[in-house]
Amino acid sequence: MAATVKYDEVEIGQEIPAVDYPVRRINLVMYAGASGDFNPIHWNERFAKTVGLPDVIAHGMFTMAQGGRFVTDWAGDPGAVVDYGVRFSSMVVVPDDDQGTVITVSGVIEEKLEDKRVVVALTAKCDGSRVLSKARAVVQLA
Amino acid sequence: MALNRDFVGRASAPSAPYEVSRVKIREFATAIGDSNPIYHDREAAQAAGHPDVVAPPTFPIVFSLSGGAILADPELGLNFAMVVHGEQRFEYRRPIHAGDELVSVSTVTDIRSVGRNEFITVRSDVATVEGELVCTTYNTIVERGGAG
Repeated sequence: MAATVKYDEVEIGQEIPAVDYPVRRINLVMYAGASGDFNPIHWNERFAKTVGLPDVIAHGMFTMAQGGRFVTDWAGDPGAVVDYGVRFSSMVVVPDDDQGTVITVSGVIEEKLEDKRVVVALTAKCDGSRVLSKARAVVQLA
Repeated sequence: MALNRDFVGRASAPSAPYEVSRVKIREFATAIGDSNPIYHDREAAQAAGHPDVVAPPTFPIVFSLSGGAILADPELGLNFAMVVHGEQRFEYRRPIHAGDELVSVSTVTDIRSVGRNEFITVRSDVATVEGELVCTTYNTIVERGGAG
């Protein structure tokens, strides 16, 4: 379980370039099936609107998973993530068309800890809004 | 309707053991669009030093909500139709991998009102059937309008 990024080569304030993650309705259907979260707000527009939502919204955990993917791709090994937490600050609205929407994730090295661990602060945006806040991952580097 | 504060501190019975399989990890990784070979290919995972394919960091959401029974208790007063996810955190002792058999115990740690919404936090301690703690999850859900 070795990260490919070396602790000694990382500096506080260093940015991890943004990556775009497209989201279409089919991704939400797949995520519902894989996760077991079949709340209809994530696939049924009619139901979503009756409970006051603008449209179908992505599972918060789907968005969190994209942030996780961003960190594990950077670190080089998923086992290097030792702590990962987020607050869901805004909805990811997914229209019923071929484009869907896009979640853009970027990161910055916020802190260097003991034992070659670092804190990565994540920013995730969709349609100009921050969809995650207080998003932090602690990563064990090499 | 306000949530019943008497539920703070209430813990679930230990869940039935959840067997982490290669197939489920692959399905979950595919659903989040992640083709990392450490999720999909045992040899790639072993080359990276893991005993078998590893689960993505958010995978425990699949099985750790044994608190679901608590949340579904009518005495709590939670209206699921108005629920959205507020916060989530995973704290790992080690990566979860295929072959793990995991038992979760969930505890309601907090219920509070913020504006018109009700927030409830459930901690789940996830351990192997042998008793090794591998992960602790913190799940906060929001009942919109619940405090109004």
